Amino acid sequence: MDVATVIFFSLAALLIGASLLVVFLRNVVHSAMALVAALFIIAVFFVILQAPMVGVLQVLVYAGAIMVLFLFVIMFLNLTASEPRRRAWLSFAGVSTLLLGGVLSAMLTQTEPAADPVAATELFGSPEMLARNLFNDFVLPFEIASVLLLVAIVGAVVLAKRGS
Amino acid sequence: MRTVPLNYYLILSAIVFSIGVIGVLVRRNLIVVLMSIELMLNAVNLTFIAFSRYLGSIEGQIAVFFVMAVAAAEAVIGLAIVISVFRHHQSLDPQEMQLLKW
Repeated sequence: MDVATVIFFSLAALLIGASLLVVFLRNVVHSAMALVAALFIIAVFFVILQAPMVGVLQVLVYAGAIMVLFLFVIMFLNLTASEPRRRAWLSFAGVSTLLLGGVLSAMLTQTEPAADPVAATELFGSPEMLARNLFNDFVLPFEIASVLLLVAIVGAVVLAKRGS
Repeated sequence: MRTVPLNYYLILSAIVFSIGVIGVLVRRNLIVVLMSIELMLNAVNLTFIAFSRYLGSIEGQIAVFFVMAVAAAEAVIGLAIVISVFRHHQSLDPQEMQLLKW
């Protein structure tokens, strides 16, 4: 076991633990906090995988903006009623999820280039290289994404406004 | 430093994705269901980044950008719907939303 493997497995254990807490904690605020932890660990994985720019964005956008929005809504609704358990569903969900996880792992690991990662250059994953690709080959999707965000803003305002 | 095989990352993200599916199926709180969906999206992002690193191509990272943009839009709209549903039902139980059920 070398250093990289040890780091991977400890981070993976933390990530799976945090994800389980998200799903099974009773208190909504607690599971939101667990989700923040899980998102941070995924950001660490991004940095390990030579995507530092995406890792920073992950922390800023997900662990920052989106989770603040979630917490804001939780506080806003001030939930007091306890959530009923879905006992009948738990076994069904467990079995089908085990199946899904097995099939997903089997399908994903069938990919060929599993042996050695391509030797990465200094530039790989840097903001410069990312921007060069984003604004050359992916300009149209980029603009469509901006329109999508605009539509989302307008839609959120319309939906959350008190009924007139 | 030797790196971890690609398969480890793929299996890890399959596990995290499945945990998110459990959350969507068993929880009866719309906000936690939305958070489980975010977890599933992040598992997919991890797959994208792992493939991008191991194939040496930057397109995976670009895809993660767009997934993040769509996830942000989805969270905003989803939470707005949650707020207006809560105004109607005074609860967040998805089983009470059966207006369209015949």
